[in-house]
Amino acid sequence: MSTRLSKGGRLIDRAHAIEISFNGKRLRGYRGDTLSAALLANDQMLVGRSFKYHRPRGIVASGAEEPNALVNLGAGARAEPNQRTTTTEAFDGLVAASQNHWPSLDYDIGAVNNLAARFLPAGFYYKTFIHPRPAWKHLFEPIIRRSAGLGKAPAEPDADRYEQVYAHCDLLVAGGGIAGLQAALIAGAAGARVMLLEQTAHWGGRAPVDGDVIDGKPAEEWITATLDALGKMENVTLKTRCMVAGVYDHGYVLAEERVADHTPGDGRPRKRLWRIRATRVLSATGALERPLAFAGNDIPGVMLASAVRDYVGNWAVSPGDRTVVVTNNDDAYRTAIALKEAGLEVPVIVDARAQANGALPQKARAMGIRVEAGRAIVKVKGGKRVTGVALGLMAGEGAVLEEIACDAVAMSGGWSPVVHLWSHCGGKLTWDRARAMFRPDAARPPLTQDGSALVIAAGAANGALTGAEALADAAEAGVAAVKSLDLKAKTTPIGKAEAVEEAMIEPVWMMPQGAKASLRMKMWLDFQNDVKVSDVQLAAREGYQSVEHTKRYTTLGMATDQGKLSNINGLAILADALNEDIPAVGTTTFRPPYTPVTIGALVGEARGEIFQPLRRTPMQGWHEAQGAYLEPVGLWRRPYCYPRAGETHEQAVNREILNTRANVGLLDASTLGKIIVRGPDAGRFLDMLYTNVMSSLPVGKCRYGLMCNEQGFLSDDGVVVRLAEDTWLCHTTSGGADRIHGWMEDWLQCEWWDWKVYTANVTEQYAQIAVAGPKARLVLEKLGGMDVSKETMPFMTFAEGELAGIPARVHRISFSGELSYEIAVPASHGLALWEKLVAAGAEFGVMPYGTEAMHIMRAEKGFIMIGDETDGTVIPQDLGLDWAISKKKADFLGKRGQERTYLASPDRWKLVGFETLDGSVIPDGAYVLDAGTNDYGFRKAQGRVTSTYHSPTLQKGIAMGLLRHGPQRMGEVVEFNTMAGGTVAARVVNPVFLDPNGEKQNG
Amino acid sequence: MKRYSVFAIAREALRYHTGWERAWRSPDPKPAYDAIIIGAGGHGLATAYYLGKNHGITNVAILEKGWLGGGNSGRNTTIIRSNYLQDSSSAIFEKARSLYETMSQDLNYNVMFSPRGLLMLAQTHHEARGYKRTVHANRLQGVATEWISPQEVKKLVPIINIDGPRYPVLGAQYQARGGTARHDAVNWGYARACSDMGMDVIQNCEVTAIRSENGMVTGVETTRGAISCKKLGIVVAGHSGVLAEMAGFRLPIESMALQALVSEPIKPCIDVVVMANTVHGYISQSDKGELVIGGGTDGFNNYTQRGSFQHIEETLRALIETFPIISRVKMLRQWGGIVDMTGDRSPIISKTPLGNCFINCGWGTGGFKAIPGSGWAMAELVAKGEPGPLAAEFDMWRFKEGRFIDESVAAGVAH
Ligand SMILES: Cc1cc2nc3c(=O)[nH]c(=O)nc-3n(C[C@H](O)[C@H](O)[C@H](O)COP(=O)(O)OP(=O)(O)OC[C@H]3O[C@@H](n4cnc5c(N)ncnc54)[C@H](O)[C@@H]3O)c2cc1C
Repeated sequence: MSTRLSKGGRLIDRAHAIEISFNGKRLRGYRGDTLSAALLANDQMLVGRSFKYHRPRGIVASGAEEPNALVNLGAGARAEPNQRTTTTEAFDGLVAASQNHWPSLDYDIGAVNNLAARFLPAGFYYKTFIHPRPAWKHLFEPIIRRSAGLGKAPAEPDADRYEQVYAHCDLLVAGGGIAGLQAALIAGAAGARVMLLEQTAHWGGRAPVDGDVIDGKPAEEWITATLDALGKMENVTLKTRCMVAGVYDHGYVLAEERVADHTPGDGRPRKRLWRIRATRVLSATGALERPLAFAGNDIPGVMLASAVRDYVGNWAVSPGDRTVVVTNNDDAYRTAIALKEAGLEVPVIVDARAQANGALPQKARAMGIRVEAGRAIVKVKGGKRVTGVALGLMAGEGAVLEEIACDAVAMSGGWSPVVHLWSHCGGKLTWDRARAMFRPDAARPPLTQDGSALVIAAGAANGALTGAEALADAAEAGVAAVKSLDLKAKTTPIGKAEAVEEAMIEPVWMMPQGAKASLRMKMWLDFQNDVKVSDVQLAAREGYQSVEHTKRYTTLGMATDQGKLSNINGLAILADALNEDIPAVGTTTFRPPYTPVTIGALVGEARGEIFQPLRRTPMQGWHEAQGAYLEPVGLWRRPYCYPRAGETHEQAVNREILNTRANVGLLDASTLGKIIVRGPDAGRFLDMLYTNVMSSLPVGKCRYGLMCNEQGFLSDDGVVVRLAEDTWLCHTTSGGADRIHGWMEDWLQCEWWDWKVYTANVTEQYAQIAVAGPKARLVLEKLGGMDVSKETMPFMTFAEGELAGIPARVHRISFSGELSYEIAVPASHGLALWEKLVAAGAEFGVMPYGTEAMHIMRAEKGFIMIGDETDGTVIPQDLGLDWAISKKKADFLGKRGQERTYLASPDRWKLVGFETLDGSVIPDGAYVLDAGTNDYGFRKAQGRVTSTYHSPTLQKGIAMGLLRHGPQRMGEVVEFNTMAGGTVAARVVNPVFLDPNGEKQNG
Repeated sequence: MKRYSVFAIAREALRYHTGWERAWRSPDPKPAYDAIIIGAGGHGLATAYYLGKNHGITNVAILEKGWLGGGNSGRNTTIIRSNYLQDSSSAIFEKARSLYETMSQDLNYNVMFSPRGLLMLAQTHHEARGYKRTVHANRLQGVATEWISPQEVKKLVPIINIDGPRYPVLGAQYQARGGTARHDAVNWGYARACSDMGMDVIQNCEVTAIRSENGMVTGVETTRGAISCKKLGIVVAGHSGVLAEMAGFRLPIESMALQALVSEPIKPCIDVVVMANTVHGYISQSDKGELVIGGGTDGFNNYTQRGSFQHIEETLRALIETFPIISRVKMLRQWGGIVDMTGDRSPIISKTPLGNCFINCGWGTGGFKAIPGSGWAMAELVAKGEPGPLAAEFDMWRFKEGRFIDESVAAGVAH
């Protein structure tokens, strides 16, 4: 059984006991425990079920590489699926439950898959469930889907919050083991701005557990001293619980900090996402131990040798009373020695190598541990827990020589440097044959924008596996980093670790070497996804021989650990099956993040109302107080209408229109784009931008203009105002302001960079209010201060002055067809003016109106709306706007496009109005039917509706739309399709339904 | 070819699956072929498949510079739909969708086509009008789609938040027979079928030059030697510009990174595909339980198959708003592919200025769903030298004439 030892445990605080709950059971632990340590201390080795066969799964590792020990953590609004117990810090009151089983962890019906495992090899679903056809959707897939997934999806919105921090540094050091500390110390001393990030809650990495001796003292002391020194440097930032997730182009680095994961509900954000721009990245992320592939290596109780050592040394937990160690290298002997020193039994060390005579094996033997060289585990015995191992010859086929009872197996297949951060941005790897591992190829690093190396690898992450090598390598890397930053390295103390002589590793990818098929079907590579040696061999046999094919066909390395334990073993098996060299087979691509990152953290505080920037006009509060119904327009939220008590939206819109037509209405038009264009070449520039001539517009006048893209399609419209000799103000649509400003800058910066023009988007600097309706002038006169008479201020002019004491620019322009003034005032005066207009207008029946009333009124008047009449395929000529296209100008954006055959065709659909015969409203988006079918066999269309409304003014349905040869077909009756499947008949009419001569707006 | 079935699996199980044969052969290139297809993505493989199946041309090589299916066809989010606005689009996408319905049986390879239903959310009034327009257009085209209410949306996707503070759901365009399929299986199924017809699928064989005489194509040079051919089909997505240059013409194509990501697997919580185009995000859940998530393209041109973080963030922001429960789920993996974007966001299936050289590209962010239809149309073009009705409108000269097939009209994101 696994249990807590009475002594030791460098990371636990025995003075502080905690209580946690696992599957409803109450378990005791200590502060400092990981959830794994606490579970093991309570003999809870079985923690989950595998994905495909629902096999019992136990804890395998002690860190981020853990594939099995995933739990549902927390409950309700704090429930989180797939939490790795090895990286979860235990706290008092923690609640966890195992996953992927029914009805319980111990008795799982899904385990019938295990009995059928032989019939469910890699890729079996590609070969079956093919007939009968409907069965996939209705029978097979639902069953497969039901068994999909691991943890349960949270049922409630997240109770926690997350934050993001931006940071810059010269050198980002990922990994706070001895290599990272040493490199950071050198860079820090040289004056570089350093960020040193460590994913666990502790500094020092493996060295203390591995018993490294640095500068003659236990590693722990060197670590403390180095941290001390780093802590005194103001240019160095140290962070634990902070996992570097990804390295992106241009030195962009993401890191996820666990702030309050272990103190839930304490008011702090649960996690913090660091968004760092680093000049260089130093990857000191260590190495991961590889499992060995032998039959039954997935049975709970089989663990990584280094993890066993960690549990004993860090948390005083023994994974088993009798632990068999199996290895192909010397390092695992440290585990045997640690177990023995803790008073536990190690019945045998099984060493696959022919000889085991290094210093560590000698020491083990001297301690009385039996060492068997040239041997293999043929098979592990047990179901939900290891009960013993069968041994045989490594060189054999699996004949059993001896059976040994034990309750744990510590395995080591050697080490693989963590090369993820090196690889994210394109760093290449090289195969180190002697050490049987891929390590960063210093000659082919990931590059920065200037072509220099972005990432430098150091320590075990660079293949320098022992403490002594790691420190020496880190010192070199630190100096290289300093140099690459154009700084000078200062003399800095370099730690010297005592070298322990280790014999060479011997690559072992499967044991025993000649294992039969029946054994290979029991050798797990990917514990979570249930991928076995036989599966990879099958993939190779069937031609899925690219490593990417094998991965996808077998799902090897696609589990939540992303193959941290399985990838190298898998591709070695593949290489063997293909009779190729390991480096020829290569690895799959390493993609961010290093370990999974909470989506909430990636989003940070951009939640709810502010999940996107929220733009508010100066009058927004007033609208909200009036209970306006808001609709999103770009990042704005504009009043759609102002419903009164008991009114539907439709009733409100009708009331607003009728009142504006009869009396006077107010529209908050502040969202309208306002771009100042200024400079000696501004006129010339606008003549290129607009289809009509703007340079000839007299100062003080307004002109409606159209903008097209290069293809000739209409992209925006608005009124242009000439403010001064060299200054124009361009109004754009509300949704188009930023796009058009960007468009202008695109041309000015990329094409006409020598033109003397400045643009400024002043949309938010001004509040704009439309006062529209027959009594509009009366309201303005009541405010007083400016002469707004027809004579002084005729239609399409503007004047600057003061209205009611507020500096204002008053434009005589109209989008409603009414007598209308659009008043622009500095944003800070917007609300004051609005309120004054409301007060002054009271006696004239003033009411605010929203966007829907605006839309309907402009449709009644036959004004086009960008986005309704246009959709990116419509040219101004389609809309009868030929008058706004200059024939004189040599060029403007879109001119050439519009000359192309298809755009110049007389058969294009053109703008007309429609009136249904029965007064009903044509459905949104309906098409005008044509006789017959086209080449595809589709029913033909000859036009479509673009704006369709009930007009309260005219008391009937009105519409605008595009129709083939439309303007020549006035009076004709056409048919639209409807959603319900029927048709509706409408007459083709003039699109201007109201005041065709403009008497109202000109009045 | 040995057929796949439950019985075959049972038989093989008894001998530890040692009797399975290769899914496709791995031949060396022959000196000459009747037709060469460059690019073993879905579109290239489907083109070859229909050259054999519909036109009896089987002396064909498919040349792939890496591993087959390693381009966008193996990196996409596998959404299949045909609810397009323009007639030419609907015609080819609906053809493709209907071929997906029987693809597993046609190829004897389970591609797991799952018509689980697809929703495009309308979150502004403007978007609602646009989708209603598409539904009306689909009616005329005979493509089954409908406009459904927010309540019906909620019923289909219980975890959705339909009254978010910024963009409440106003309704959705729903295609019940839209859905997903397993992308690798599509690529592999075609490769196996092509190989079975005697075609050569040649991997690790990069085309480095195109040979021609008197304005007619004569062959290609590759990293595995020169190969001649009577006809050449270029089907290389993001690298179309590079191949076009080899063939001596230019294309109106920009290459950009499009990213996607998956979450860790969780128990099923969303059964349909949901696209939210106003806020730029879409989501579905794979049969493994991973949430498969995508968004818009990066805003700059490039050839690296990775993207920037900023787009991932924008996409996730949008999706958390729509599906609040995903906040505590974790992102497992993000990646990118290079998509080939045309000016009107519609593909090119066209003759080229070089005789007997044809090109199929421009599928951009949304070509997985088109694979069988595109292959069908491209095969016809290659076989006959002239486009059939499905390809007729997609020629590359349409840009010169302004004859656009603009789909960005219907949806900002077109996956
Ligand atoms: C992240 C992402 C998500 C997407 N989501 C969807 C979706 O949900 N639904 C959808 O319908 N579509 C989606 N797409 C789009 C879809 O993936 C593509 O449109 C489609 O796969 C393109 O297929 P293809 O065969 O044309 O190109 P590819 O699959 O890219 O194949 C082209 C092949 O050509 C090869 N090649 C290139 N140059 C050479 C050369 N010189 N010699 C030989 N071979 C060469 C490449 O290696 C590659 O294998 C998505 C794309 C991406 C990137």
